[in-house]
Amino acid sequence: MDVRAHMSMLFHLDKCIGCHTCSVACKNLWTDRKGAEYMWWNNVETRPGTGYPTGWEDQDHYRGGWEKNWVGIDLKLQSRPKAIANLFYNPALPELDDYYEPFTFRYEDLFNAPEGKHQPTAIPISAVTGDPIDIEAGPNWDDDLSGSPIYASNDPNLEGVSEEVRQQMGEIERVVFNYLPRICNHCLNPACVAACPSGAIYKRGEDGVVLVNEDECRAWRMCISACPYKKVYYNWSTGKSEKCILCFPRMEIGQAPACAHSCVGRIRYMGVLLYDADLIKWAAEGPDEEMFDRQKEIILDPFDPAVIKAAKENGIDDGWIDSAQQSPVYKFVKVWNMAVPLHAEYRTLAMMFYIPPLSPVVSTIEEGLVRLDIAREQIDFELFNSLEKARLPIQYLANLFSGGNEEVIEKILRKMLAVRIYKRRESVEGIIDDATLAMVESADTTPEEIEAIYRLSTLPTIAERFVYPPYHREMAAEAIYGDPLARKGDVGLGYIMPPERGP
Amino acid sequence: MSWNTIIFVVAPYVSIVLAVGGTMYRTRREEFSVSSLSTQLLEHKKLFWGSFSFHWGILAILTAHFLFLIMPVVFDVWNGSQIRLYLLEITGFALAGWALGGLIILIYRRITSRRVQVVTTKMDIVILVLVLAQIITGMWIALGYRFGSFWGTSVFVPYVWSLITLRPRPELIAPLPFVLQFHAALFWAFLIAFPFSRLVHIVTLPVPYLVRPWQKVVWVRRDREFVAKEKKDRASV
Repeated sequence: MDVRAHMSMLFHLDKCIGCHTCSVACKNLWTDRKGAEYMWWNNVETRPGTGYPTGWEDQDHYRGGWEKNWVGIDLKLQSRPKAIANLFYNPALPELDDYYEPFTFRYEDLFNAPEGKHQPTAIPISAVTGDPIDIEAGPNWDDDLSGSPIYASNDPNLEGVSEEVRQQMGEIERVVFNYLPRICNHCLNPACVAACPSGAIYKRGEDGVVLVNEDECRAWRMCISACPYKKVYYNWSTGKSEKCILCFPRMEIGQAPACAHSCVGRIRYMGVLLYDADLIKWAAEGPDEEMFDRQKEIILDPFDPAVIKAAKENGIDDGWIDSAQQSPVYKFVKVWNMAVPLHAEYRTLAMMFYIPPLSPVVSTIEEGLVRLDIAREQIDFELFNSLEKARLPIQYLANLFSGGNEEVIEKILRKMLAVRIYKRRESVEGIIDDATLAMVESADTTPEEIEAIYRLSTLPTIAERFVYPPYHREMAAEAIYGDPLARKGDVGLGYIMPPERGP
Repeated sequence: MSWNTIIFVVAPYVSIVLAVGGTMYRTRREEFSVSSLSTQLLEHKKLFWGSFSFHWGILAILTAHFLFLIMPVVFDVWNGSQIRLYLLEITGFALAGWALGGLIILIYRRITSRRVQVVTTKMDIVILVLVLAQIITGMWIALGYRFGSFWGTSVFVPYVWSLITLRPRPELIAPLPFVLQFHAALFWAFLIAFPFSRLVHIVTLPVPYLVRPWQKVVWVRRDREFVAKEKKDRASV
């Protein structure tokens, strides 16, 4: 057992309001630079939709992730010799227009325009060339546009959803959609790391953050294609790849990443997960339908004495183990079985988890869900027992998260409904009857667990949402300099190149 | 000192020292600036036809030059039959033409694509002109002074080896026509430009990728412990 720690984020999609505050916080902090204008390390998509960059889930086109072969798994993008052969032209690289042409406005025209009959306007210009452009796309161009034939109907996750249901999802004034915030998944089996010919991308052993060493990056661009989530970006100005760094400078001083910290809906949780690195290969090579189960299997129980012992042998200190025991992510993923990674079938073992959204459970009014002839107290159970009629089809959620495994999603939704119904009965009706208890049992949960889920879902304090281990930067400084005060008063860590394009 | 000495004795050594020293400095101290500076994100259609043809064409031609240099005897034997000589020369010329075609597309792309213009530096233009001149003079020689692979073994090969063995014989070059001298001299210009341009990306060809493990994990803590231990060891010595 090779126990390692991982900082993981959890997105409670049932609470996401799609406000893009996370994206803006991230943009202001990290990607408000030349060459990075088009990058959104954090973006929020409307689903069903095509996302950003457009159609990123179409792996026949972008060739991201891993695929199973007769010996194990291989990158979908390339064999090793093919990587060298494709250095001069990478056929699977998205073009700038697949993201969007970044733009700004010529604000100085508002001040410099000569006196005339009309108000001056600030025309849009390209942030790349500076030329006037027609803005034709943006990072969230299809925001709230679900149901549209241009965007929503091209969502590859609708595969297997019947035409009739698709029609219902796009019905005017009854359009169904949910929001999907995405950051780098900091995978356990990252395809970007494996695809980098220079070996510039690596995973930090201590907390699992996947980073690009820009000194070593040579712009071979394979990481961009190989990442199935399209979360590595190419800075066209500096000629280096960049990606989400999980705000590690913030985490190291005990602050949440900017996206999580600024989240208005408070949908994001962060915490430590312990995992067994020896089993990564086993988990990544599993059959499609077992992908998620195997991934869960390698996440370890931080209360198990054997795990604690192995963790300590691996240099994980008490602070981290304690933090892993408090981790809200561990609770949702492993104890309550309520969270799934995005597209488990990509085999990268994504370590950011999602609680799927709970839609109003009804197909159409005609299906007669809110029938007047059933007693009011029966309505709840009608919802609970008719998940196949969910407005956001289970098949769709399964394609999006669990690699098509509907059973996983169904169990999660039943548990979420059980929490909702149980708490409503308790607070509105004031009584928990036998029918409710039977429902709780059939959702494979208990009143105690429901109470705990309810508390962590709706009433958590910031300290409960973000449980940070002590990173001990002071000890790192001691290890390097001996005297922690040796560099006090210095301006920096030495000679650092400005991040500019080479000649 | 005659021009011949300056260009074919002094220039080679100066440019080699500059190229090696400059490249070592840049790849160690200014590593961030070392990149192939791909513009595929900004424009990809023309790049496909240009980059693919140019790179493979020029790689083949350079390899041929190199092989010629290290095993001239093989070429002599091969060229013993006229048919084989023609075959070799035509293949070489076609490969050069392929590279030239690709280069012309790349130059056209640099000039016409607005997005690519934005990231084009002065040094990029210098390199494009140098490469263009080198390929054109090379093809000119192949066509006008038939056949390079035949007479090259008695001129080009001994001259380069004389440089490598530090007993320069520039007099071998002196009687040659201007184009040949120019083609040779241009190579020193390449060496000089090498560390100061995007050409450095050539030395970063990622060959280790063929054998390295898929995943790479870096331990900050362990590295730090290692550094600390090294320091302690050094202090105790």
